[in-house]
Amino acid sequence: MSTPKPVEHLERVVIRFAGDSGDGMQLTGDRFTSETAVFGNDLATLPDFPAEIRAPAGSLPGVSGFQVHFADHDILTPGDQPSVLVAMNPAALKVNLADLAKGGTIILNTDAFNDRNLQKAGYESNPLTDGSLSDLHVHEVALSSMTVEALKEVEGITSREAERSKNFFALGLMSWLYHRPAEGTLAFIETKFASRPEIAEANTKAFKAGWNYGETSEDFAVSYEIAPAKLEPGTYRQVSGNTALTYGLIAASKLSGLPLFLGAYPITPASDVLEQLAQLKQFGVRTFQAEDEIAASGAALGAAFGGALGVTTSAGPGIVLKSETVGLAVTLELPLVIIDVQRAGPSTGMPTKPEQADLLMVMFGRNSESPVPVVAASTPAGCFHAAIEAARIAIKYRTPVFLLSDAYLANGSEPWLIPDVSTLADISTDFATEVNGEDGFLPYKRDPETLARPWAIPGTPGLEHRIGGLEKENETGNVSYDPENHDLMVQLRAAKVAGIAADIPELEVDDPGGADTLVIGWGSTYGAIGAAARRVRASGWKVATAHLRYLNPFPRNTADVVGAYEKVLVPEINLGQLRMLLRARYLVDAVGYNKVRGRPFRAAELADAITALVDS
Amino acid sequence: MSDGNGNLVQLTGKDFKSDQEVRWCPGCGDYAILNVIQGFMPELGLSRERIVFVSGIGCAARFPYYMQTYGMHSIHGRAPAIATGLAVTRPDLSVWVVTGDGDALSIGGNHLIHSLRRNVNLKILLFNNRIYGLTKGQYSPTSEIGKVTKSTPMGSLDYPFNPLSVAIGAEASFVARAIDTDKKGLTEVLEAAARHRGSAFVEILQNCNIYNDGAFDYVRDEKANRIYLESGAPIRFGSEGEKGVVQNVDGSAAVVDVADAGEGALLVHDAGHREPSLAFALSRITYETDGAVPLGVFRAVDRPVYDDLMSEQLEAARERSGEGDLDALLHSGDTWNVGAPD
Repeated sequence: MSTPKPVEHLERVVIRFAGDSGDGMQLTGDRFTSETAVFGNDLATLPDFPAEIRAPAGSLPGVSGFQVHFADHDILTPGDQPSVLVAMNPAALKVNLADLAKGGTIILNTDAFNDRNLQKAGYESNPLTDGSLSDLHVHEVALSSMTVEALKEVEGITSREAERSKNFFALGLMSWLYHRPAEGTLAFIETKFASRPEIAEANTKAFKAGWNYGETSEDFAVSYEIAPAKLEPGTYRQVSGNTALTYGLIAASKLSGLPLFLGAYPITPASDVLEQLAQLKQFGVRTFQAEDEIAASGAALGAAFGGALGVTTSAGPGIVLKSETVGLAVTLELPLVIIDVQRAGPSTGMPTKPEQADLLMVMFGRNSESPVPVVAASTPAGCFHAAIEAARIAIKYRTPVFLLSDAYLANGSEPWLIPDVSTLADISTDFATEVNGEDGFLPYKRDPETLARPWAIPGTPGLEHRIGGLEKENETGNVSYDPENHDLMVQLRAAKVAGIAADIPELEVDDPGGADTLVIGWGSTYGAIGAAARRVRASGWKVATAHLRYLNPFPRNTADVVGAYEKVLVPEINLGQLRMLLRARYLVDAVGYNKVRGRPFRAAELADAITALVDS
Repeated sequence: MSDGNGNLVQLTGKDFKSDQEVRWCPGCGDYAILNVIQGFMPELGLSRERIVFVSGIGCAARFPYYMQTYGMHSIHGRAPAIATGLAVTRPDLSVWVVTGDGDALSIGGNHLIHSLRRNVNLKILLFNNRIYGLTKGQYSPTSEIGKVTKSTPMGSLDYPFNPLSVAIGAEASFVARAIDTDKKGLTEVLEAAARHRGSAFVEILQNCNIYNDGAFDYVRDEKANRIYLESGAPIRFGSEGEKGVVQNVDGSAAVVDVADAGEGALLVHDAGHREPSLAFALSRITYETDGAVPLGVFRAVDRPVYDDLMSEQLEAARERSGEGDLDALLHSGDTWNVGAPD
């Protein structure tokens, strides 16, 4: 497919595909992203969809969007504002127009701009004719009717099915416009619709028709090229946070030599991990879709008692139900990985929208003194190593470990330099096999260095023992109500978790020099904070950044890092949870930037907040 | 059985006593049950390390501490869930759940019915004393309606669960009942439960002599009121075998005088019947309705076992895709190469 028209070169583009929930926008965005990844641009994505599977067609709540930012250089976020909006109907235009950059481009499906749809979207006049879009570059494309026309020779499909191929027409057009390689998508269509060859044929034809329309229509006078980014050499793939979590858990199972057991109950946005692991049983993975969140965690803990790598995945509304199991795991001192893919709350909240407001829950949301290590992923690909790290700590220290992700990391994707499996560190452990006391086996006799207790699994002769939720006598593990013993056990459990600080990397600081302001964050704000710091520095200001990947315990140099700056800013998509911990722990007068909208921060707003503090 | 070094050892009940002092109230029915179970354990033919007792919370839940096996005293109601994770990952173990009427049927009701429907390879022993003992005497989900307790001074309003009806309703593949002090009957039921592949649910009528003393005297003491079920035999009971059970046209079961009904009319017990309706009808015969209590194995049917099915899927996946290859997994889907800079 040649492109004889003039070509413009761009450094970066942000495109948002938007349409009805049933219009296939997530699929379209996914395919465009894959093409972009294979082409070699750096990229970041932000899928944004309603919780309703099929909200009323044409309505504002039913609009589903997928934003992709791609560039010839390394980028950190999916972009603050789309420069191009593909709107499949009036509702998609209405919901997304305000986000579009000034002077941006809109590609509209004019066939959908009829009176009925305009009314459903709440338009009193037609934006195509009332002049309200006059400051924008509008391409009016009869996507539906051109698709149906292009497919009229395809046998075996209804006209409704033909119309449903319009997302592939749009994808073909956008692929032409941005010089995306088409081979991957054409191969994808063949595989995906293999059971219905007529649909495969329709989608292929629609894709090609869209491409050819771009090439021939005078409406598209130029096309755009975004050169590949200069990335570290190696083999790359695109990966979302939930897929990276899945792979990380498989890797942790391999690296530990322990069979993986996942207990889970379906919940947005964590279900992908259950679904993906269920497809990987050749790795010896047992997936258990439990009757509820409680059983999911309980079964994982039972599996851990038997010597498996026990994992349970959920989102906030499910994690609250697992609290008692986590508390039991704390006192049993058994490994358990609990993954919280955070979403907007409280309660059911906004199931598909990201938030990072579960930090204090996982830190403190259990009865009594119940310390649990907390690891947080900060990028989609970073979920891979975060999963291995959570498993490593759980196994080595015989403790439950929380791993925090969120809806943005879960669904967002980025290019990932695939790690060399042979370089991944061994995280295996030894089960107890020998009696360790004069009068028999002592299940709570600790390793003096890690304070971890022996992991003696059923089936080991001579080490039969009982553990439980009642307080245990030090070393013997026998039930004890002795006051001094209880104090000792509380202190030992706390000391064990605190001691993990010696076994995790120091907090890294990015400070080009001379800054008196530190921006410190955790979790998925990593990209936005980094992009904001670049902007602030480009404007001549000085600012340092640091990002916490361990929230409990904090890295051992955290006090030095936060104490070294006159001003400390903590941006969080909550009302200041990390800030509260830092202030309490280090007596630092940290200030917050807190917006809780169910969406990631924009780099621009953070840059403004940072600049305001630096300049104060 | 071997001691792990190839030597045959013969265990006795004493080998299953742990060094912990048993701390139930003097006179509690749990002592009798503990003795019977410890005495029965050698018949499993397994060495001690292969046996695990998992419990929840309550008086009965202290049970694992007294067994010289592996054990976990877990959280209220959750034992079936925890035991499920253990059983499916460790098919080499014999996993027993000890629970009570509050633990299994109130806070843990969901886990109980789901483990039974899945048919996980667990032996679930429910010690039913129709009262909350550990929390000192509130009514339980098996307490009779109108029961006056500390939390129901004007009488309980709750219609009680019949534990066997619940289990049979969940299509448990093995359901039985025994009495704490009936060593022979309890041992026979335990043997049958241990032999059964899949979930085995056993209700043990247990006297709480502190908060609900005498709750089962009508069958604990009055042996004539015990209906021992025997598969393949007409159901008869009473001191002279003068009573029996018939099945009515609507499917329900009822106690009759054999002299009136005739021997030929008696219901022949069939624990292996595919449909759970017969066992369910027998579970509806209670002291309150018929003045007698059926004991023994109500239902024992072969049904695919969850643990086996899960293992089979792992094997099938390996046959289809080969042993999992992490490097190949990470490289699955679209990949691209970025060359070293010039």
